[in-house]
Amino acid sequence: MKLLGFLILLAFFPLFAGEFYINLASQIFIFAIFAASINLLLGYGGLATLGHASYLGVAAYTSALLGLKLGLGHWIAAPAALLGTTLMACLFGLIALRATGLGYRWVALTDGDNGLRGLSRPFHLDDAASFYYFALAATAASLWLMARFVGSPFGAALRGTRDQPRRMSALGHNVWLIRWITFVYAGFWGAVSGLLFVYYHKYIHPISLSLTNSAEGLLAVIAGGSGTLGGPVVGAAIVMLLKNYVSAYIERWNTLLGLVFVLIVVFMPEGVVPGVKRLWLRFASRT
Amino acid sequence: MAALRLQNLRKSFGGLPAISDVSLEVAPGERRLIIGPNGAGKTTLFNLVTGDLPRDAGNVVLFEKDVTHLAPHHRVHRGLARTYQIITLFPKDTLEHNIALSLLGLSKLRWNAFRSFDADLYVEARAVLARVGLEHLAKRGIAEVAYGDKRRVEIAMALAQKPRVLLLDEPLAGLSREERATVKQLIAGIPREVTVVMIEHDMDTALDMAERITVLHYGRVIVEGTRAEVVADPKTREVYLGH
Repeated sequence: MKLLGFLILLAFFPLFAGEFYINLASQIFIFAIFAASINLLLGYGGLATLGHASYLGVAAYTSALLGLKLGLGHWIAAPAALLGTTLMACLFGLIALRATGLGYRWVALTDGDNGLRGLSRPFHLDDAASFYYFALAATAASLWLMARFVGSPFGAALRGTRDQPRRMSALGHNVWLIRWITFVYAGFWGAVSGLLFVYYHKYIHPISLSLTNSAEGLLAVIAGGSGTLGGPVVGAAIVMLLKNYVSAYIERWNTLLGLVFVLIVVFMPEGVVPGVKRLWLRFASRT
Repeated sequence: MAALRLQNLRKSFGGLPAISDVSLEVAPGERRLIIGPNGAGKTTLFNLVTGDLPRDAGNVVLFEKDVTHLAPHHRVHRGLARTYQIITLFPKDTLEHNIALSLLGLSKLRWNAFRSFDADLYVEARAVLARVGLEHLAKRGIAEVAYGDKRRVEIAMALAQKPRVLLLDEPLAGLSREERATVKQLIAGIPREVTVVMIEHDMDTALDMAERITVLHYGRVIVEGTRAEVVADPKTREVYLGH
């Protein structure tokens, strides 16, 4: 019920908010998908990643290049970008899971520091409100499908591999395959966020594949609460608000982001969503 | 036909032999006890049987099928289950969820990523917990129950998989006298179609639970036989009493 109320509120948001805030909300949605896809690996699989922005960047670049260089429409470019990036995740998964426990990363794959310009949005979603609704629908569908994933028997097995991989193996679970499938699935959603990212900005730059971008996603998951469904969404909102809103007033917004992160770790080490829930339960039990 | 056959199994850690040419054969339905002092290589032997550790040489044969080259989870699907000396459960989850994960391990359902976690699994899990007398704690978190109950959950997780060969790694370790009696009763009640191989450090507590006993010392089998034979053997006394 609460979720439905929240969705209704979001549906009415463009009716009373200015364009700046509508665009900010669209960016939060896109980043929420990205953070939620990292959460599949980190929160549910116990696999820390510093290379997840590659999926976002590769999907965005693939879609942009197919559109600009080959003149392909969104109906072909978007599925091709998703398929190509997911196949890349299949391959990277094979390599990355060999290094589990050390963390995994890969260097940015692209050149061209000028980035790609002149891109268009699908369905002529050129005004802020219509793109907002498109991003909202895509985010709601993505989060729902990710929630189904973690709430499924496979998701239970995934959490088991996070907590006791050796025991899971002794119970007949193929730990490596569970992790690889999750890696690919997370890569797919990273690609979806990349598509939305390039549609929103109509521009793509190699920095979108950078370590910083991956780290911001990771930070969003940890700040919001890893291993929870709402955590990455709240974390994405915190990071995007600081990045877009506070950076207008403070040049070194990253320092402030760091400070906020430290405060969260000190007062709510489990993240904002579980932390607020814990504080609320404590408060409710006293009153 | 042997339920479990080990042929010249060998394992060294950095040149230090932990298991040296161990060969043994366990008959279907047999209760086998493997005893030995600390550092004898008992748990290492179990880890080689389950595939948790790669062997240096030798073979592991399960019901006449060579499983030496199979990954641990594949061996589980061939009917091998185990418990751990150091309790290895899912501490954030309830007892019934722990058992459900065990049931899921052998179910095709484990690959389903788009349906809800099946409530039927919990029904089955509670039935398994009832077998070990823990049904009333089904909804409790693992962290909330007593050590002895955790030991029983370990065994229940293995039993949930309806194994053909069950490896119990010191199932009585750290238990009070009352808890030991309960767990021993539980082990005694395991159906005969399940072959049980049990490790125990303390010879006296477990001798009455086995039909045949293997004594391991410095990674080698030094004595094997019935309870009377093993107790009477001077090598057993030498290992345990030092004379």
